[in-house]
Amino acid sequence: MKTPTELHDLSVAELAEQLRARKVSAVETAQHFLARARANAELGAFLYFNEEATLTQASAADAALAAGTSEASLLGVPVAHKDIFVTRDFAATAGSKMLTGYRSPFDATVVARLAEQGAVTLGKLNCDEFAMGSANENSAFGLVKNPWDQTRVPGGSSGGSAAAVAARLVPAATGTDTGGSIRQPASFCGITGIKPTYGRASRYGMVAFASSLDQAGPLARSAEDCALLLSAMCGPDLDRDSTSLDVPAENFARTLDDSLAGLRIGVPAEFFGEGLDADVRTAVDAALKEYEKLGAQLVPITLPRTELSIPVYYVIAPAEASSNLSRFDGVKFGHRAEQYSDLIDMYKKTRSQGFGDEVKRRIMIGTYVLSHGYYDAYYLQAQKIRRMIVDDFQQAFKQCDLIAGPVAPTVAWKLGDKSDDPLASYLADIFTLPASLAGLPGMSVPVGFGAGNMPVGMQLIANYLQESRLLNAAHRLQQATDWHLAKPEGF
Amino acid sequence: MSLTSTDIDRIANLARLELSPPESERMLTQINGFFDLVEKMRAVDTSGLQPLAHPVACWQDVVLRLREDAVSESDNRAANQRNAPSVEQGLFLVPKVIE
Amino acid sequence: MNTGKSALVHGYEVVIGFETHAQLSTRSKIFSRASTAFGAEPNTQACAVDLALPGTLPVMNKGAVERAIEFGLAVGSHIAPRSIFARKNYFYPDLPKGYQISQFEIPVVQGGQVEFFLAGERRSVRLVRAHLEEDAGKSLHEDFVGQTGIDLNRAGTPLLEIVTEPDMRSSEEAVAYAKELHKIVTWIGICDGNMQEGSFRCDANVSVRKPGAPLGTRREIKNLNSFKFMQQAIDFEVRWQIERIEDGHAIEQATVLFNPDTGETRAMRSKEDAADYRYFPDPDLPPLVIADEWVQRVRDAMTELPRVMAQRFQADYGLTEYDATVLTQSRTMAAYFETAAKASGQAKLASNWIMGEVARRLNAGEIDIAESPANALQLAQLIVRIADGTISNNAARQVLDALWSRQGSDADQLIEAKGLKQLNDTGALEEIIDAVLAANPKNVEEYRDGNSKALNALVGQIMKASQGKANPQQVNELLRKKMG
Repeated sequence: MKTPTELHDLSVAELAEQLRARKVSAVETAQHFLARARANAELGAFLYFNEEATLTQASAADAALAAGTSEASLLGVPVAHKDIFVTRDFAATAGSKMLTGYRSPFDATVVARLAEQGAVTLGKLNCDEFAMGSANENSAFGLVKNPWDQTRVPGGSSGGSAAAVAARLVPAATGTDTGGSIRQPASFCGITGIKPTYGRASRYGMVAFASSLDQAGPLARSAEDCALLLSAMCGPDLDRDSTSLDVPAENFARTLDDSLAGLRIGVPAEFFGEGLDADVRTAVDAALKEYEKLGAQLVPITLPRTELSIPVYYVIAPAEASSNLSRFDGVKFGHRAEQYSDLIDMYKKTRSQGFGDEVKRRIMIGTYVLSHGYYDAYYLQAQKIRRMIVDDFQQAFKQCDLIAGPVAPTVAWKLGDKSDDPLASYLADIFTLPASLAGLPGMSVPVGFGAGNMPVGMQLIANYLQESRLLNAAHRLQQATDWHLAKPEGF
Repeated sequence: MSLTSTDIDRIANLARLELSPPESERMLTQINGFFDLVEKMRAVDTSGLQPLAHPVACWQDVVLRLREDAVSESDNRAANQRNAPSVEQGLFLVPKVIE
Repeated sequence: MNTGKSALVHGYEVVIGFETHAQLSTRSKIFSRASTAFGAEPNTQACAVDLALPGTLPVMNKGAVERAIEFGLAVGSHIAPRSIFARKNYFYPDLPKGYQISQFEIPVVQGGQVEFFLAGERRSVRLVRAHLEEDAGKSLHEDFVGQTGIDLNRAGTPLLEIVTEPDMRSSEEAVAYAKELHKIVTWIGICDGNMQEGSFRCDANVSVRKPGAPLGTRREIKNLNSFKFMQQAIDFEVRWQIERIEDGHAIEQATVLFNPDTGETRAMRSKEDAADYRYFPDPDLPPLVIADEWVQRVRDAMTELPRVMAQRFQADYGLTEYDATVLTQSRTMAAYFETAAKASGQAKLASNWIMGEVARRLNAGEIDIAESPANALQLAQLIVRIADGTISNNAARQVLDALWSRQGSDADQLIEAKGLKQLNDTGALEEIIDAVLAANPKNVEEYRDGNSKALNALVGQIMKASQGKANPQQVNELLRKKMG
């Protein structure tokens, strides 16, 4: 039997197996991770716990494990949820003061689906407010530190999720990705993360940021683990989400071990231009060489509208967000200002107090680009270029099966470096935005280290509904290399 | 396109946000910086292209799903109003609305 | 296009367009599964989606779409094969999401027209469009000091917003249009038409101009939920606008409310930036696609429309266009008529009696014909007895009274019980006539001298002598025969 100190080194797959074999109980496991999470509170990864609820779920899992009849894939495995998901048993605040103390009467579908597979909720994870940010410095409840170097950002907006998984405070976590918010923090924290095809995972219960871009996905320490979680998270939610794809749930782990011989990997010229730091390029190149060793063929491709994806995204996402956030008005739920002179004053004070700077900025941008006289030039124009970006990818996929490149131009930057320069932050999203706009599935896989000994992630992008292919490629790389096994010191 | 502080005021009002003068100024600078970035986008020739509202529409003819007209939500007022700032006799209270 | 002419008001032409919000009669809301039933305790029919709780999303109600299709077919419009839902963004406490899901550029129903009669003349008002959207909640101002109570039960109820071209030229025409539209939506069963409960609300866009001049600036009178108030409000607004213009002021666009107590319209507190709704297609809702097969299915299943039924009544029962129109004012009225006409074989009589005696009693009791104490078969029976001469019209009225007050339920029994049978026996009648003639020689002489009024006096005496049972037609015939 593995001693408790090694429980947190087990992968999700291994842990699930240990639990099934009754070598360790779900309650013990939950307590172990709770203790670790609390002991490492200085990382700022976790926001909310509910020990009673966690242990109740764990006990139920133990009962099912004892009965031995359950087919649940994650029975007794602790999972933590990004605070963007509403949860009945834990506060749901989307990293915002606007929702301080909010208790949802229902669970997000993704949360419920994981619970159906026996996952035990460990707690809620810190994130940028309303998922807006790339460094988790926009949370109203404190910043998150990168476990590899606590003077650096973990990435965002799923910074808490990535940090918690990297520091082994939880074996796996859920995140959301609108413009790169799973891929980028996974890259910065040296772990694996995947954003599925738009519409694969239900958005019901995800506090909405940008409706045509938001997608839920897992963060874990391996592709195999991500496949386990993704299989549970995805699937049609036709009764509650009108954008949910009517495509059957899949076992994404089915083809993990498939050979990569003959796999054509497209390498976009625009992802390897001047803006890319040398250390990141080196790490990604090394990974691409590994792929060649595995039998893959590298094909040069072009994604001409890569740079345009920045303004396109930063017009569309804020526009949708500005509308989605109008429901926060102090009337039905959430924060309300204590002093106000009339209704309009109540709205203004409530919203100004409840929202942080970045959120306000995006609401302002979004309101502007939708406003009378500007809609055609900005919003409509952006949606047209969006179509061009989709076409770019379809052209590329005629020549390759997967697209590979960096996730971000640099490794994680120092805390505070970009917090006063939102624009610099937007520009750093350049490689993740295109797949978001096109709704394509994308992954981040750790491929070693760069400047300051910080992790570097490689991005893999597949065509619609081909998450299995992504996970297969990532898994084969992880079988041939050990970058994903590296641990941050002290955790 | 350069915004002015009047624009900032108008947009803030539309969005029901209240910005202090320094906040307003900072917002103006940041948003104008942002719009410099956006100008490149405006120059692109998109004539003949349809806007893409739903990404899936590119590879699947996505249409609105319709559900049967049936009631399946019952009274859940207590739970639904649990987070309300001000409730009386089951009603959400707000400062008096003058028409 | 409108072919009628309406009078000018102080030399000005009145131009009116309507926007009507009809609540659709679905069981559940347009985007959620909460009930739409009226009158529930506050916020007991407002589920998570209706309250816009974080993470909630809309899912479309098929019944709402089906009703929109039915409406479109009823008014001869084009059903868009593909239409888009858009967000209309503004802040108001009764609007939980801070936006209303509506349709903007591409509505589900396009074009169409509503035809009706105004003072015997046929009129037609063109529809621009009809689109689906969600209703907002309700604000209660009275019960709380300095505060307003918000009830979101109504939030999410499906609405069909029906917009006309500015084709109407008088308040009478506008009200006639509204009544016809009300009839259509209730007839086809897509709306319960209960104006007091807010199921059918009209906004009137009113402007005036000198004939031949371009359209004047319009003001919008909101939330007219009674036909009586509609007419009063428009009349006041027209007079108000004319006075302003005559005084040299320009009309400013405004939204106004009608106060039934004062009979006046008054501009609402200006909603700042009210015009900038920042419409954009709702990313949570893919396009609504309506296949031809669906439209065809709805068309095949649709109930006979009032105008078609009226034409059939004219053809099958020989009714005038006017009578047919009156009898098809509601499905209950039309059903009543048709049952009575078929059972009695006397369509004309049935139509007269329903439009006359029955209608009068219904109005007095403020009830719909569906609640008439005298049902169609009973009326038919009565009509048969009038037609075959068993009773006079007068007697028939008495029988109807008896049926109405439920003294009895069978016309023949009541006729018997009240001894209302006309005296048709010619012999007995001749005896009475002879007696009266003998007793009134002066009248006979006056009649023979050319005074026709003298005849009436004789008839009166004969009716009295027969205790009202003489058949007046027979009396007249016999009298003339006897007196030459």
